[in-house]
Amino acid sequence: MTGSGPRAVSRRGLLAGGALAAGGALGATVAVTAVSLSDDPATRPAELTPVAEIGLAIEPFHGTRQAGVATEPQAHAAFVALALRPETDREALGRMLRLLSDDAARLTQGRPALADTEPELGLLPARLTVTFGFGPGFYQAANADERRPPSVAALPAFRIDRLSPHWSGGDLLLQICADDPLTVAHAQRVLVKDSRPFATVAWVQQGFRRAAGSEPGRTQRNLFGQLDGTANPKPGAPLETAVWVPDGPTWLRDSTTLVVRRISMNLETWDLLGRTDRELSVGRRLDTGAPLTGTDEHDEPNFDALGSGGLTVIPDFSHLTRSHVTEDRLRILRRPYNYDGVPSADGTADSGLIFASYQADITRQFLPIQRRLAERDLLNEWTTPIGSAVFAIPPGCPEGGWIGQQLLG
Amino acid sequence: MPSNVTDRRLRPAALVAAALLTAAMAGCGSSSDSSTTNPTPSETATPAADAPAGVIGINDPWVKAADKGMTAAFATLVNESDADVTLTGVSTEVSPMELHEMAMKDGEMVMQAKKGGIVIKAKSSHLLEPGGDHLMLLDLQQPVQAGDELTFTLAFADGRTQSFTAVAKPFTGAEESYDPEHSMPDMSMSPSAAS
Repeated sequence: MTGSGPRAVSRRGLLAGGALAAGGALGATVAVTAVSLSDDPATRPAELTPVAEIGLAIEPFHGTRQAGVATEPQAHAAFVALALRPETDREALGRMLRLLSDDAARLTQGRPALADTEPELGLLPARLTVTFGFGPGFYQAANADERRPPSVAALPAFRIDRLSPHWSGGDLLLQICADDPLTVAHAQRVLVKDSRPFATVAWVQQGFRRAAGSEPGRTQRNLFGQLDGTANPKPGAPLETAVWVPDGPTWLRDSTTLVVRRISMNLETWDLLGRTDRELSVGRRLDTGAPLTGTDEHDEPNFDALGSGGLTVIPDFSHLTRSHVTEDRLRILRRPYNYDGVPSADGTADSGLIFASYQADITRQFLPIQRRLAERDLLNEWTTPIGSAVFAIPPGCPEGGWIGQQLLG
Repeated sequence: MPSNVTDRRLRPAALVAAALLTAAMAGCGSSSDSSTTNPTPSETATPAADAPAGVIGINDPWVKAADKGMTAAFATLVNESDADVTLTGVSTEVSPMELHEMAMKDGEMVMQAKKGGIVIKAKSSHLLEPGGDHLMLLDLQQPVQAGDELTFTLAFADGRTQSFTAVAKPFTGAEESYDPEHSMPDMSMSPSAAS
């Protein structure tokens, strides 16, 4: 414990020690993906660097593509879906997006928003990203339906769906992610306040992953204990192919699409399964995430391998079998967050996954996988889709620009 | 702390302003010209054609959106010169305007015209904010909608002028600045303010 120096900084120092002890690779990870805000030694003593690298770490806002898609997932997220007011027309959408883009540009860079009523909460960005998504209703309000990517439309109904309007639809999505939940809450507050003249809040889904730096570079785990996202396209050419629209007019090039599904996970019936059955349902080992025919998480599954009983080692109905694709152009980028509500009086959990899937084309990539899963997937026994929404993620904007200007301008 | 805010009545505001300046400077490189360190969609500190140099720096200007009646505009005024600068007036197309301050009068906070104008001391900045000095729009001729951009022209004691653009923000505070019917009990309008 240090006896000198500013008190607030000393507290940060304690946190820094803990964070470093938990993940030695943290410093390297952050250094690669983010720029630190302050190099002023007066405000950032050298021995306190680690915490500053979490709280002050910055993800870029301006650029040809929006952040928050290929960005290494932050620990906390809020998905905020807005419903446009009937009077919000194309001109009003421009005013709204200029305001919200300005809020995002400032807050993501560690600066309070304009007219920020809690400016102190804007000083620690913690890799904050704000990603804008346009639902089908946005294009109608803008009188620009001809510019809507064709696959951005309500998904067909699936047999397994039990969708609630409380978690479905939405005209404008604000995906707010940061490694600090207070940062997420403040950004959400600022953006919702500036949205109010134009829209109402349709739904908000808040989720989490492991804390920043606790498992750098690892696939996240969901509340079933499974590794979640192993099959994601790898950074580089595979991710480029799977996620980004490579050409077309300015409002399409460097865009992508997002499907948000709220998946309720029944921890009560999952509890009834033994470990072997749990692994058979997904086709992977729970500890390593390796396919049941392999030893490493990223081993290729062998769907033909037979076990002693003459059945395939990886069951035909397993989640792995049903969702498996080999071509990058057919993959989806999963960027999910866990949710964990309040248990009922008898202890029944309200837990699940905010399934967020990015792909260049929903029809080409997401729908075939979803159809196969809806048709036959052992995991359906314990999971239920209760919310569904689709959005176009438009291109980014340069400094001085705003999200959506290629579409509305 | 590089605090050069002159308004000493507002401790928290001064701290915030200092933090804000620190963050802006640290985050955006070494330039000391504040107007170029904040390139945002709602562009700040746009010098008018007739005042290319700019008398002062105008950081983070904004105006409170309002349908009618009164509203107010705010910003951080930065004087990097070696001499004090006195702001004596402000104008915009959509409303008559005055320079206002909040002051204690007979035990109450009241809004009133700022006599002698607003002095921005040499090498200092002066915060215009809700609850403090502000640029008052007295009678809107048209609604100021959220996201609108309004142009204001400042007039200085030495005859120079400077224009800038401010974006309209939805803002529920600053009630004392525009709606006397709904003002707080201790935030009554001075009768002289609107005359």
